[in-house]
Amino acid sequence: MLKDVSFGQYYPVDSFVHRLDPRLKIVFLIAYIVALFVASNFYGLAVCAAVLLFAIICSHVPFGKVFRAVKGVLFLVIFTAVLNIFFYNGDAVYWNAPAVLWEWHFLRVTQAGIVFSVFLVIRLVLLVTCSSMLTYTTTPVSLTDGIESLLTPLKWIRFPVHELALIMSIALRFIPILMDETERIMNAQKARGAMLDSGGLGKRIKAVIPVIMPLLLSALRRADELGDAMDARCYMGGKTRTKYKKLTFTWRDLIVFLLLAAMIAGVVVLRIYLGAPL
Amino acid sequence: MKAVEFRDVSFSYGEGTFAIKNLNFSVEEGEFVAVLGHNGSGKSTLARLCNGLLVPDAGSIRVFDLPVGDKTLYDVRKRVGIVFQNPDNQTVASIVEDDVAFGAENIGLTREEIGRRIDFALHAVGMEEYRNATVARLSGGQKQRVAIAGVLALGPKMMILDESTAMLDPRGRREIMQVVKRLNEEEGITVLLITHFMEEALLASRAIVMNGGEIVMLGTPNEIFEKREELVKYRLALPRISRICSRLREGGMPVEYTLDYEILAEEIAKCVSKPSI
Repeated sequence: MLKDVSFGQYYPVDSFVHRLDPRLKIVFLIAYIVALFVASNFYGLAVCAAVLLFAIICSHVPFGKVFRAVKGVLFLVIFTAVLNIFFYNGDAVYWNAPAVLWEWHFLRVTQAGIVFSVFLVIRLVLLVTCSSMLTYTTTPVSLTDGIESLLTPLKWIRFPVHELALIMSIALRFIPILMDETERIMNAQKARGAMLDSGGLGKRIKAVIPVIMPLLLSALRRADELGDAMDARCYMGGKTRTKYKKLTFTWRDLIVFLLLAAMIAGVVVLRIYLGAPL
Repeated sequence: MKAVEFRDVSFSYGEGTFAIKNLNFSVEEGEFVAVLGHNGSGKSTLARLCNGLLVPDAGSIRVFDLPVGDKTLYDVRKRVGIVFQNPDNQTVASIVEDDVAFGAENIGLTREEIGRRIDFALHAVGMEEYRNATVARLSGGQKQRVAIAGVLALGPKMMILDESTAMLDPRGRREIMQVVKRLNEEEGITVLLITHFMEEALLASRAIVMNGGEIVMLGTPNEIFEKREELVKYRLALPRISRICSRLREGGMPVEYTLDYEILAEEIAKCVSKPSI
């Protein structure tokens, strides 16, 4: 069950996308998310989806892997969509008289609500897919190197950029370890007769406490040991540190940058000329 | 030169009892010393004192003629590396190469030099093919070899293994011991091996037995394992070969006491071929 959570894991193959500058990939993700919400009609979203599909193909990450990342948040997506179908009634600008399809007390399903929900599902799925593509194709270290490099201007106001980047890379590194540990603890509790999968909501929440506590304790112990190991390897903060991997902006990055610009331009143009249901 | 020298060192975790009591001992450069002791004997504390992770309450410690103190920590840790017990808790990065680079980056080396150090370290532990592998997917023995490489990248003169094989299966243990033995013999790295597996101590040139924060026995592994009653007193299990020897002798086969399987085999052959038995 926990093995399904694949968000934040690196998929080690060599590909065009893997070799891109992590800074570009981070900027790409941010721009992509903005584009998803700028896109106001199906054509705009189709452009975004096509670009992402192209990226997945170029990255050699199997579709099954990508789908697993989406599966992790599927519940959240469906939940949000259902709520929106019932509660969203359309924006007055585009829908002068929202066509009401079904009504019951305060619940009202309109055409606008359905369209909006479908858009929302598409947006969320693309958003999650794009972010998991970032972690699939970028090692945590280069990801944090990228963030560190992008945040460098903040050093001017004495923001601890290096420390933040290190914390993030360690957090990512420990995700699989803590996953395994959670599973082990859950099995240990089940072996002692804990009912983790049955009973009402209240009961289940209570049953989780004996899983969380040992996990928390073990995480603290691990942190302590990791701190010692880092000390022993001469870690003294970021000041005197050098970097083995240097980030370089190459022709690949330029191509992707142009592609990104084209995609955003396309989305904006489609929004202006075709207008939108939303 | 002495790799490590303890002079009247005491250390307490602050519970009234001493984890290390008035300890005097030294390790020569290039030596391979095993430290034995049951849980709570102070052997891990000893390791942490050697590179300044812990500071002694009394006494002084010198590492390669450098007094261990706040001002020398950096230089001490460059010279003395520690490999810890749990491989998962000492890997900083997700990719082998990045993790090995961590220490070398910390001491501010140039990119080219770090690259060379990674090549050297991964070669020394036989993990060259795994340079770009994900650490999480390696076996315990492989992870621990990466941890050793991470320490080697700092260019240490001495390496402390603090129960580094305790969480590994027999195969992983063998891998690590082979690597350590080779580093000691070929690279001349001083090794302080802290363990409760007696078999591993057989590789050392000298062994120390600790109990209650004090050194209670000192000598070559052979000398130490001959004093069986004493070892039992300090709650240490004998290596398997010693147990086989003593059982054979108890059973009436007069084999010589040995720690070498080859010699034991010859001894047994001699006894069996004697017409008197």
